[in-house]
Parts: sequence; C-alpha cells; structure tokens
Amino acid sequence: MGRALAVIIWILTFLSVLIFACKKWWFPPAISNHAPALDRQFMITIMVVGFAFTAAQIGLGYMLWKYRDTNNGTRAVYSHGSNKLEVLWTVITAAIFIGLGVMGQSVWASLRLNDAPAGSYQVEVVAQQFQWNFHYAGKDVLFGRTDPALIDDSSLNFVGLDETDPNALDDSVVTALAIPVDRPVELILRSKDVIHSFWVPQLRFKQDLVPGMAIKVHFTANKVGKYELACAELCGQLHFKMKSYMLVLPEDELQSLVALPQAAFQARMKELLDKYPLPTY
Amino acid sequence: MATTVTGTRTRATQGIGGPGFPKPNGNGSPKRNGGGELFAERLPASRYRVGAWVLIASVSMFFTALSSAYIVRAASASDWRPLAMPHILWLSTALIVLSSVTIENARRNLKALAEGAYFTWLLITGLLGIGFLVSQLLAWQQLRHQGVFLASNPHSSFFYLLTATHGLHLVGGLLALLYVLLRARPQPVDVVAAARRQGRADAVSIYWHFMDGLWIYLFLLLFLWRSQ
Amino acid sequence: MSDETHDVVHRHPAPTGFIRKYIFSIDHKVIGIQYIVLALAAVLVGMTMSVLMRMNLSWPGTSWPILATLFPGGAPGGVMNPEFYLSLVTMHGTIMVFFVLTTAPQGGFGNYFLPIQIGADDMAFPYLNMLSFWVTLVGFIVILSAIFLSGSPSTIGPIGGWTGYAPLSALGAIAGPGQGMGMNLWIISIAIFCVGSLLGALNFITTLLNMRTRGMSLMRMPLTCWAWFTTAVLALLSFPVLLGGGILLLLDRVAGTSFFIPGGLYVGGLLSGQDARFPLHTGGSPILWQHLFWFFGHPEVYIAILPGMGATSHILATFARKPVFGYRAMVFAIFAIGLLGFFVWGHHMFISGMSPYSAVTFSVITLSIGVPSAVKTFNWIGTLWGGKIRFTTPMLFAIGFVSLFVAGGITGLILGQTSLDLSAHDTYIVLAHFHLVMGVAAIFGMFAGIYFWFPKMFGRMMNERLGQFHFWITFIGVYTIFVPMHVMGLVGMPRRYSQFTEYEFLKSLHPLVVLVTIAAIVTAAVQIVFYFNLVWSMFKGKKAGANPWEATTLEWITPSPPPHDNFAGIPPTVYRGPYEFAVPGAASDFLMQTDPDGAPVPAGSEGTSGNGHNGHRH
Repeated sequence: MGRALAVIIWILTFLSVLIFACKKWWFPPAISNHAPALDRQFMITIMVVGFAFTAAQIGLGYMLWKYRDTNNGTRAVYSHGSNKLEVLWTVITAAIFIGLGVMGQSVWASLRLNDAPAGSYQVEVVAQQFQWNFHYAGKDVLFGRTDPALIDDSSLNFVGLDETDPNALDDSVVTALAIPVDRPVELILRSKDVIHSFWVPQLRFKQDLVPGMAIKVHFTANKVGKYELACAELCGQLHFKMKSYMLVLPEDELQSLVALPQAAFQARMKELLDKYPLPTY
Repeated sequence: MATTVTGTRTRATQGIGGPGFPKPNGNGSPKRNGGGELFAERLPASRYRVGAWVLIASVSMFFTALSSAYIVRAASASDWRPLAMPHILWLSTALIVLSSVTIENARRNLKALAEGAYFTWLLITGLLGIGFLVSQLLAWQQLRHQGVFLASNPHSSFFYLLTATHGLHLVGGLLALLYVLLRARPQPVDVVAAARRQGRADAVSIYWHFMDGLWIYLFLLLFLWRSQ
Repeated sequence: MSDETHDVVHRHPAPTGFIRKYIFSIDHKVIGIQYIVLALAAVLVGMTMSVLMRMNLSWPGTSWPILATLFPGGAPGGVMNPEFYLSLVTMHGTIMVFFVLTTAPQGGFGNYFLPIQIGADDMAFPYLNMLSFWVTLVGFIVILSAIFLSGSPSTIGPIGGWTGYAPLSALGAIAGPGQGMGMNLWIISIAIFCVGSLLGALNFITTLLNMRTRGMSLMRMPLTCWAWFTTAVLALLSFPVLLGGGILLLLDRVAGTSFFIPGGLYVGGLLSGQDARFPLHTGGSPILWQHLFWFFGHPEVYIAILPGMGATSHILATFARKPVFGYRAMVFAIFAIGLLGFFVWGHHMFISGMSPYSAVTFSVITLSIGVPSAVKTFNWIGTLWGGKIRFTTPMLFAIGFVSLFVAGGITGLILGQTSLDLSAHDTYIVLAHFHLVMGVAAIFGMFAGIYFWFPKMFGRMMNERLGQFHFWITFIGVYTIFVPMHVMGLVGMPRRYSQFTEYEFLKSLHPLVVLVTIAAIVTAAVQIVFYFNLVWSMFKGKKAGANPWEATTLEWITPSPPPHDNFAGIPPTVYRGPYEFAVPGAASDFLMQTDPDGAPVPAGSEGTSGNGHNGHRH
C-alpha cells in the first residue's frame, strides 16, 4: 500500500509537471514591452515552484515507500524533531520566497509606480454591461467633456459626450480599441455601472474599471495586429461575451484613422478589423 | 487495548473534579496557577470573565470595520455634509457614563456580599441603560424633524448606523443585566454557585463598561472626525 | 471503572427525551455531529452545482431534458442560460465556503473533539453552543431559500460570485437577473452565518483557555486543539468585519444609502436619481467593499484549512507511530499563518484600483506567509521519516492532504506577485490554486477526520475497503480536475464565464475542459461510496473498542461513543505530551497522555516543555 501510494504520487507529480513543461498550453506570444521581463519572472518563479513541488512530492513518496510498516517488530524512531533543521529550512524558504516576492515587484514598479511617459497616446475606455466603448480625442488630442447626465444609450451617446464642447467636435466613440505600435499608450479607465476588467492576454496586462474612478494605466505594445479583448471581472449576465478587439496599428495608419469623423471612423475601424487577422492559436 | 481510565484513578478519588467541584486548570503554565486565588473561586467564575473579554474583542472588530469604512468614506468623495449634533446626545453620554459608575458599585457590593445594595445598583444601572436608549431615540427624532434621514448623506448614514448598532449591542447588555438581576436574589447554595454569580456579574460589568467606552469613542468619531 | 461511575454524580445529568437529546441538545458531541450532518448535506448541494457547471462549460448549448423539467426558467428547453450558470457559481461558492469548509472542520470536529481532547466535560457555554448551531442552520435555510426566491425566474440564486463585489451586488434588480431578492437573501444568510460563527468562536476560545484538565498545559495539547483555537481566533476577528460590510451592502440595496455606490451611474438604461427604480447615489466607494470583504475573506481561507492541518498532524503521528516532528515549530507555524493571514488581504486586489504602493507591501507579506506553510510541510514529511507507517484510510487521506496542500499552496508564489498577477488575476490559475488548497485539501482533512474519528463517534469502524476505494479515485480525480486548470489560466481563461465559445484564444483548451468535466463527474460519483460507507458502517460496521487506532490523546481513553459528560464524571489527569509513540523502554509503542508511569518519563516531555525537543529540560 505504501509503495502503491508512493508510485501514484510520483506519477501524478510527473504528469502535473508535464502538463506545464510540454508547453502545449502556454501564454500566447507577448506583444508588449514589459512582457519579456514579466515572462522571465514567471519562468524563474515556475522553476522554483516546480522544483519545490517535485521535491516535496518525491520526498513524501519516498517516506511512504521506505517507512511503511513491515511488521518486523521494531519501533519507529523516537524523535521530537530538530531545532537545527527547523531554523535551517525556515531561513532558506524565507530567503527564497521573500526574494521572489521582491524580484516580482520590478515589472509592477515600471508599470504602476510611475506616470505614463510624456507623449503617450491616450484613449478613454468606458465600460458598461456588456460593451466596451473607446473614446478617442481626435485631431486636437483633447477629450471633449463628458457628463453622466448626458449618457443616453438609446441615442448612442454611450459615454455622455457633450456635443456642445468644442473639444468634442472631432471626438469619436467606437466599440473597438486602436492603439499605435511602439509608442506608450495611456488608458483612462472608467465604468458606467459595475466593475469590469480590461484583459488582453497578449499584453500580459489586466486592470479593473471601477465606477466612480478614472484609473490611468500605461503600457507599450510592440507588434502590429488584432487581439481579443475580454472582460475579466464578473459584471452580470452576459459577462462571457463582453468582448472587443484591440488593434495595434502602425502610427500613420492610426493617425489617419483617428482624424476621421465619427461615422467614417467607425467604417474604417470595421475595415481594419477585417484587414488584420487574429493570431493563430 | 491498553485504554482505560485507570490512569486517572488516583487523582480522581482525591475529590478534585468530583461533583460540584470545578476541574483544575491546566497546570502546565505556572503563571496561570500562580495567583493567590482560591481554586474553587477561580474556575467557574473566570470562564464568564474570559468570555466577556473574547466577546469584546469581537465587538471591537465589528466597530473597527465600521470606523474604517467611516474614515475611508469620509475621504473618498466630496458629498460629506456633517450633521449638526443633536444636543440630547450630551444627555445620552451623561447617562451611560453614570451607568458605568452604578454597575461598578453593584459589582463591588456583591464582592462585599452586600446583596441588597447589589440588587439596587443593578436595577439603577438597567434604568440608566434604558434611559440612554430612549435618549438616543430622541436624538433620531430630532434629526428626522430636521429632515435628516438614513440616506440623506454619508454622515447621516453612518450616524444612524453606528448609533443603531451600538444600541443593539447595548440591548444585549440589558438582557444580560436582566439575567443577573433575576439571579441576584436567591442565596447561592454553595461556594461554587457564589463564584459563578460573581463571575457573571463581573462579565456583565466588563461588557457594560465597554459599551460605555465604545459610545464615547463613537461620539468622538462622529463629531470630531471631519466635523467641519 | 463501572464502580467509579456509580460513585460520582454527573455534573450535567444526561437528558432523556429525544428532542433534548438529539435535536436541541446542549451536548457538544451532539452539536458537533449536527454540524457535520449540515456540512454533509450542504456539500451534496454544492457538488451537484459544480457538476452542472462543468457540463455547461464542456458542452455549451447541449439540451439536457432533465434540466428542462427541473429548471424550466433557468434551462429553457434543457439548455442552461448564462444567468442560471452564474447563479450556480455564486451558490456553489457560498455554500461550499461557508456551510461546508467553515462548518465541518471547525464546528463539527472542533465541537466534538476539542473539549474531549483537553479533558473537559463540555464547552464553556453549552447553551451558546446550541444557539450557534441553530443560527448557522437558519443561515443555511436562508441561502437555500434564495434558490426559490431569487427574484428572477431564470436563476436559482443571486449573481455575484461568493465575493459579491459591489456595485453589481449593491444596485438591485436594475443591474440584471440575479440582483433582486436573491441577493438580499444572500447577504442576510451570510450575516446570520457570521453571528453563528462568532458565538462558536467565543465558546471555543473560552473553553480552551479555561477548561483544560489537570496537567493539560498548552504545550501538551494535541495540534488539533491549537488549530481549532487559532481558527476560532481568526473567526472571532474576521467575521465581524464581514458582518459590518454586509450590513452596509444591505443598506445600499434597501435603504438608498451610498456606502459602495458611487455617483453618476447609468445602469440598465437608467441614470441614478432620475428614476424611481434607481435612487440617487453619490460618492460611494466600490473598493471599500473589497477591503472589508477580503479582510474577512483571506483569514477565511485559513479558517477552512487550519483544522485540516491540525487533523493531518494528529493522524500522521498516530499512524506513523511517531511523535510529531517539531511540535513547537508546528504551533508557531499555525500562529504565524493566523497572524500573517490578517495582513495579506490586499493580494486579492492588486488590479482593483487600490494604491499600487500598498500592493507592493501586500505582495511581500503574502510571499512570506509561504514560509510557515512550508515549515508545516517539512515537519509533516519529517513526522513520516523513520516511522512505521500504517496505511489505514484516515492515514491515506492525511497523506493526500499533504500532497494536495503542497500542490495547491505552492502556486501562491505565482499569484502573490504583483507583476504576475497582471496576467494571472481572475483566470483559471486562481481557481485551480484556491480549489486545491482551501477546497480539496481542506476536504481531504475532513475525510481524514471522519474516517479517523468515526469509531469514536459511533462506536463502529468504517469499512476499510470502501474507504480505500474512495481514497484512490478521489485522490487521482482531484489532481485530474485541478492541475489542468493551471494551464488554462496561463492561456488566459477568465473565471466566471458561462461559455468559452466567444473567444478564439480559448479554443485550444477545449480538450482540457472536457477532461476536467469527466474527471469531475467520476470524482463526484465516487462520493456516493463514501456516503454509503458512512451510513452502512453506522449500523453494520465492525465494533470499535475505546482505542482502535492505538492512539494517545484523551479522546481515546473514554468509551466509544463517549458518555454524556465525556469522562463519566472523572476528569483525566495528563502526564505527558500528546504524541508519545515509540518511546524507548515503554511496554507498548504508544503511551497515553494519562499514563502516569507507563515508562520512564522521557527527557523533555515533562512539565511545561511538554513535547519539546530532545534533550531539553526546562
């Protein structure tokens, strides 16, 4: 019995490691500047995790194999432990775990503990049940005033844009996100109703959109293409299809897009979404 | 099977832990047993005191949670409109402070075996507690007359909420007070019953003092923190 | 022995009527069994819901005729609709976390065995104990009533997950199906549950501090008692915070206050303050709810797992026939986990909009909580080292606990890092992590406890053959269910999706999704064997003596099942630490805690040092 259990534990351990190591199911290829560092940190962490997991399971199995009761009349070892060992493994695990924790802050710090670099491309994201709205500032690079009191979904003013504000004249609001490649992007995240979460797996980036707050986040995408954008925070009935696309475009293609007035913007966006294929998975 | 209760036989027949007697405490910790208290007096009575302190820890966490919500909410938006303090709250405060004095009197009288005085002071405490609750209700009424309701603004929400939850906890204290009041009169049959009675009285008075202190804390929080 | 029982008068005469004896009982043993029965009923509901969810995820759009009959609103034509699925998610999480993982390990086994293991005749406040069970039961009835009174015909409960994030949970019916009456009932149920747990925790703490028998110093207590005690402290200090948060949430819903609802919301076509269905709200903070919830929610994870840790230590020592390795370190580790558990709640909120600076602090503290967890694992393996391991069913489950605890806990190193959470947050890797560690490992702790203590509770052994069958399938099954979920998380699969049909990047995961579902169905089905074994053994099991496992602690000196006041009026005296196995020179390979002179008292197991380390004399 002890040997059977040991073998089962070892097989399960092997298969568990295999399902990671085969990389058949893995992160999609990254498209953001911070992703390589994040992926590297993940690899270091998964190595530590994998090693600790395997070592503990092998050790556990070994004890079961070796110290099963064989009815040979002897007794177990009478020991209450060892202070030396306790100190040793406490110190070693503390050093490794806390070291990992401290290392893990660097990507975070580069993204979250500073403001977006000057000249970042800004888009305002306004989420609602179950739709993404992206508010582009247009040629003047200034967002028109918005006011919740002006929101009217039935007349398609999803973000409450004040049409009388001069800055709003060239603004567009569409349901897909277009950003420039290789240039920092700053998103201003808002929600009209409940909490949503902005999630593009290829970006290695996620952030909640909290009603009542305008959360500013920034990142840089470095690969032109079309990517799926999902909601990652339970927002109600149709959460599973609160979907949009993120287009990463060459700078000139983006500029000619955002210069268009609302209707033409929307039509052009549709063309671009057809033009760029999704990555193959 | 080598399992019987034989191991305990010698000790058990010495009378400790027998009928009507408390069982000894864990004797592993010299500190806990090193006090000069009587064996019998320490045990059944202390469970009520310990229970009261544990309860206080829990109630404290409840009000800590509400207080931190209060502080966060006060800072989170510009819609905070401080209430004008209903002046009757001074009366509430006086009543509950006074009740703390009276319950302490009751407890000390019991310790001195002055049973009549014990009963009377308990009764007075209960009446003061009821007076406090009435006074709080009057404060609510004053606010309602001013048109200030639960949902009027965040400060009024917290005022109603904190006074209501404190009041509910005080009602619990009143029920406990009623319980010891009902058990105040009959003479305890033995030293253990007497110790139990003392323990219950101690526990109720500990809790009551806490309710007093809690109200003063809430009073300060409500009308000193961001009162401008 | 019988002579002595006649000599003494019981302090509490045993009740005679059926109602006083089995229903409104104040006997901690009966109350403990009531809690366990409650959990066994609740886990059936929760498990059935999880199988339904898996079916929908694997074969979306398939028509299941039986569902059309049972839930005509939620599964019209037998096809589950999204809100039905989400209400299953919510109810499954709530029922499992509160009414299974919190009731059975603590309320059940703790109630039954804590007083016995410290040599007390009952809890400190027996009536309070009875009250805490009945309050909890009312909470359970209220949450079940949400199935029928959810306020929308297409759900069987509220939609919010077990975390009930505001403002979705605060807005009311305008926020969509599942936000009506069901959500009120959800909050009320949890508030009631909080009260019940607080009463229980108060009782546990007082009992342990005050009612230990002669000789039962703190460091001679079984590790189970330390675990229950720490759990009670966690419950005592965390449930009030959830209770406070729940009251605020309920007021936002029914009284028009704005604790969690900010101004200027536009929900379901209505602007706040412009319509009678949506009163004016201003300035509330959605993140405040998350802080209050997770200040409770994180300690809750330890409330679920600590009793399992205690039972595992207890059982490993018993069947390895060895003292627990590093008893003191185990006690400190339990304490460290409990203490640190209060300072890590922010790791659930890295990307919530909370200050990114506090995220850094929370992250580092979170990783450091892995240290005591690792220390416990090392000590469990150390306990097995040099043992004479007997592979009984409880031992198998205790070993399974260790294996699963490592498997589930270790990924905390990934999720606790702020950077990695940018990708991992709210994906299936989170699901895999917490299900393995607080769900499955904790349940393995419970299984170990049931198989171990069943003979004590009912006087009969459970069937070993059935028990081992149950173990093998369940052990392999839970690995097959939860390990693949990790890689689903790497790919980016979000939680709480009723279907994965909308996204191309999730398509490659479909074979794994189906594999997990099949494993889940098989594992769930095998639990029938456990239930059968439980009921069958109660009547037909082999008779158990007082100490069938040759264990050392106080629950094994008294008959099975124990008499009304546990020790027939004679409180035991304790002479040694709890796990004195394989003592050199002793007549048998185990020495009861009450054995005054079974062997020369080994160095270090005397006085306050209790189970201290070799060669230490204080």
